[in-house]
Amino acid sequence: MKRNKHILFISAAVTVAFIFLNACKKEDAATKQPLAFSHLDVPSGWPAPHYDYSTNKLTEAGFILGRKLFYETKLSKDNSISCGSCHQQASGFSNQGHSLSTGVDGQLGKRNAPAISNLIWQTNFMWTGGVNNIEVMPLSPISNHLEMNETIANAVSKLQNDAQYPPLFNAAFGTSTINSQLLLKAMAQFTGMLVSSHSKYDAYTNGEIDLTTNETNGLNLFNQKCASCHPAPLFTNLQYINFGLDSIFNDPGRSEITGMAADSGKFKVPSLRNVALSYPYMHDGRFATLEQVLDHYSHGIVHSATLSPLLNNITPLSVTEKQDIISFLNTLTDETFINDERFKNPN
Amino acid sequence: MKKAIILFAFVSVFYSCKKDEPVNLNPTGSVVINFNHMAGFNALVMDNAVNYVNANSDTFSVQVFKYYISNIKLTSKDGTVFSEKESYHLIDAGNPNRTAFTVANVPYGDYTSVSFIIGVDSARNCSGAQTGDLDPALGMFWMWDTGYIFAELVGHSPQDTAAGLNHMFTYAIIGYQGQYKAMKTVTIPFYNDAKVAATATPTVNLKTDVLEWFKTPHTISIAAVPFTDVPNQVTLNFADNYADMITLQNIRNQ
Repeated sequence: MKRNKHILFISAAVTVAFIFLNACKKEDAATKQPLAFSHLDVPSGWPAPHYDYSTNKLTEAGFILGRKLFYETKLSKDNSISCGSCHQQASGFSNQGHSLSTGVDGQLGKRNAPAISNLIWQTNFMWTGGVNNIEVMPLSPISNHLEMNETIANAVSKLQNDAQYPPLFNAAFGTSTINSQLLLKAMAQFTGMLVSSHSKYDAYTNGEIDLTTNETNGLNLFNQKCASCHPAPLFTNLQYINFGLDSIFNDPGRSEITGMAADSGKFKVPSLRNVALSYPYMHDGRFATLEQVLDHYSHGIVHSATLSPLLNNITPLSVTEKQDIISFLNTLTDETFINDERFKNPN
Repeated sequence: MKKAIILFAFVSVFYSCKKDEPVNLNPTGSVVINFNHMAGFNALVMDNAVNYVNANSDTFSVQVFKYYISNIKLTSKDGTVFSEKESYHLIDAGNPNRTAFTVANVPYGDYTSVSFIIGVDSARNCSGAQTGDLDPALGMFWMWDTGYIFAELVGHSPQDTAAGLNHMFTYAIIGYQGQYKAMKTVTIPFYNDAKVAATATPTVNLKTDVLEWFKTPHTISIAAVPFTDVPNQVTLNFADNYADMITLQNIRNQ
């Protein structure tokens, strides 16, 4: 009997807890911008993320640690630059105005620092897709001698010897002994949470607002001419194609990873979210403006053996068409995302 | 009264269970796997001043020789197979602390062979941040084309005259997907059984011969191939060659 009472009490407690949690959840949903640190914002209608945190439990402490690490200059050899140096929130986590970015000792990187958002929907990372998991993404920029030029072992040791970090790792993972795995898992808790889904375009698809006539014309043109490689909601098909930039490839592109000549001059189709902020464009940042990019696709395609067949017979765009497409591309700017307090540099 | 009897019955059941506990029906022991590094009949040392000669008659010295041994399986006389959990071991011929490891939780029995992968299985190459012997800080993780370096051989050879290399050759064997999978599964039958028991922890002494990198089935010239660090046919040729670099020396039962 006593046992029954016990069970009854537990059930009651669980029910109360459930009601309470549900109530919290409702409140979250009602708030337009989720402020929770460990709440993964999977927008309705989007596909399931490729990376789902099943092996890296998302927690507030993990996210806060990951954010601090993203902005941590100690991850570079001379403690001068962080991930956030070249991936700035105000420009959609890109390096606005820089074709190539400057690493330690004034070294210039090899390719344009891409804008970062919606990474958990991506299967591979970098312009050539050489990185196969969001968790191991930071290893390359940290260790690349043109970027942060630090060894992983040194980075871990610098954090271990910084009084701030052992307690933060303990809060996040239950141990103050830092290793590369915990460092990387924490960073993935931050970078994966960088979800951009509150642009004007999103408000339009949610039925909250209307687009202007120019933007609507631009959207229609975009759907006809661009969306096969840049489909919503991610605005990338995650494929590698030759965009028709060159006939001789100074940068071998995707073939560097696959070893196949058929992949020469191919690069990953970038997402267009926050594209108006993330200039300059292309893997080498050769185009300063969206006008230049559209001019390229309109009448600047260079033929070569691996050129995407989709770019073979392009009908040139009129001036008005270009303007309308650019009006539409501007609706992909996500003010909520670039101003989200959760993503700001805490240091 | 009835309640008391039921309670007594419960206690008895629990007690009897408890009594059985000390008798472990699946007792386990350990096996030590030890690697002795050789160049043919000579002991291999990491010393730029000590030269060896390969199948192509190239003279060379060795500076770095490391490789992964993973997915270890021990097969017993009765055919049962024990698979080690989290079975990833980095062997480093230049580090005395990394030339042997102990496989624990091996059920008592007589074992007749060991098998393993030289390299790291496909799944662990793309499962995110790993730790232990798979920690990328150990320098065996390729970061811009992510995946583990299955085996690495670095040294010097006067035959290597490629510009800018200062006679240094570097072979980093990678490739876990597509047409260039470089993982090599090796099975090594034992001459005599390795007996795992309460008082017996056998040592499996293996010999790893660096000369195998350059001979059969592909004779490789250091002058022609001073460098490889991407998955391609050259890399696969090395993996084909070194698939038989590990052989049994002896089993020590003690």
